[in-house]
Amino acid sequence: MKGVFTLMQKDLLLELRQQYTFWGILLYVASTVFVLYLAMGKPQADVFNGLFWMIQLFVCINAVAKSFLQESKGRMLYYYFIGSPTQFIIAKLIYNALISVLMVVMSLILFFFLLGTPVLNIGSFVGLAFLGAVSIGLVFTLMSAIAAKAQQNAAIMAILGFPLIIPQLLLLLRISRSMLGEVFREGALLQMFSLLVGLDVLVIVLSVVLFPFLWRE
Amino acid sequence: MKLSWWKIACILLLLFSFTAGFIINVPYVGNLYQTIRNFFFHVPMWFGQIALLSLSLGYSIAYLRSGRLKYDIYAAEFAKVGILFGILGLVTGAIWARYTWGEYWSNDPKQMAAAIAVLIYFAYVVLRGSMTDMDKRARVGAVYNIFAYFIYIPLIMILPRMVQSLHPGGLEGAEGGGNPAMGGDSLDPVMRAVFWPSVFGWILAGIWISNLKIRFFLFTHKNILNG
Repeated sequence: MKGVFTLMQKDLLLELRQQYTFWGILLYVASTVFVLYLAMGKPQADVFNGLFWMIQLFVCINAVAKSFLQESKGRMLYYYFIGSPTQFIIAKLIYNALISVLMVVMSLILFFFLLGTPVLNIGSFVGLAFLGAVSIGLVFTLMSAIAAKAQQNAAIMAILGFPLIIPQLLLLLRISRSMLGEVFREGALLQMFSLLVGLDVLVIVLSVVLFPFLWRE
Repeated sequence: MKLSWWKIACILLLLFSFTAGFIINVPYVGNLYQTIRNFFFHVPMWFGQIALLSLSLGYSIAYLRSGRLKYDIYAAEFAKVGILFGILGLVTGAIWARYTWGEYWSNDPKQMAAAIAVLIYFAYVVLRGSMTDMDKRARVGAVYNIFAYFIYIPLIMILPRMVQSLHPGGLEGAEGGGNPAMGGDSLDPVMRAVFWPSVFGWILAGIWISNLKIRFFLFTHKNILNG
């Protein structure tokens, strides 16, 4: 547990020292939302929902992509000596989930400010946005690890991750529609919500089990 | 030429389902009329796909445990034939849908899920193609394959059951409510007797095709693969 914490601290320190990536992604969010605003003004609830989750997907991918791509081969060897792969992947998962949530906060503020608020229940929409960000961050953590092994840039990560994230994205889109005024059959919301959380747990377990195989060279 | 028993069984089962599938009396269900016979050919594709991808998963796990390159070839070829079955299932479904729903593609939740499943496994093939080092390709591919399978199962088994579908038996509250494969009340004993042989026949056919592909690959790469 202490190792996990140290590795997270290291990631945070790197982030603070190389702030250009953080500000770069922030600028990416801001300009994307601004272009959307110029293109369509204040969209209707359905369009807002679709746009919001698509932008979320791209922002989270950009935020998570560098988590493994930034690690050089020599540095990976060093981690191999000081810690276990399980500690390493858990640290990465937690850190990426947190970074994704941070990015979602930024884009939520921009979305509400520029594209209006067709959301009826803002509190639960924000909560769902956090959960969605965590889900996307978790799935793309392992994809980033795989892409780093395949020695490719972020392109292969997008190819691998897009089909895999669709189930969760579909659930998120459907749940958030209830916060935009659509009425669901009783119990359906809870069912979808628990399925979403279940998928997150599945992704965490699979990442922890599979990463040690990926890490051996 | 001597064939092993399961290959003979495969030929007999498929011959039976192709003849009986067209000549038995089928029940009259809603607007399906004679198109209900597609049930014997379209649905076994999905059973076949699940069986082949499960085998692929099994060999990926076996590769990670033992490190024998042969198992990675097995996993890859089973996954590729799984993709083939997925495409055949989508095509037979689309042709059927043209005459019952009026469109080849109507964004039915089950159609969507099946198409996404094919995309997931295409990504597996692309990933394997992106690496030239055989050991690395095998290890990274196996990790992705295992991860993909556990997303694939909820995608095709759970998600489509949560919403209404145009598929027979897809209405909410229908008998066997929204089961992706079996149209609930539309399945009578005679149809069952043709359907299950067809399912096993197609599964065996899929294994046979993969088997040929694996043997061909192992033969052409004999000098690199030993063990």
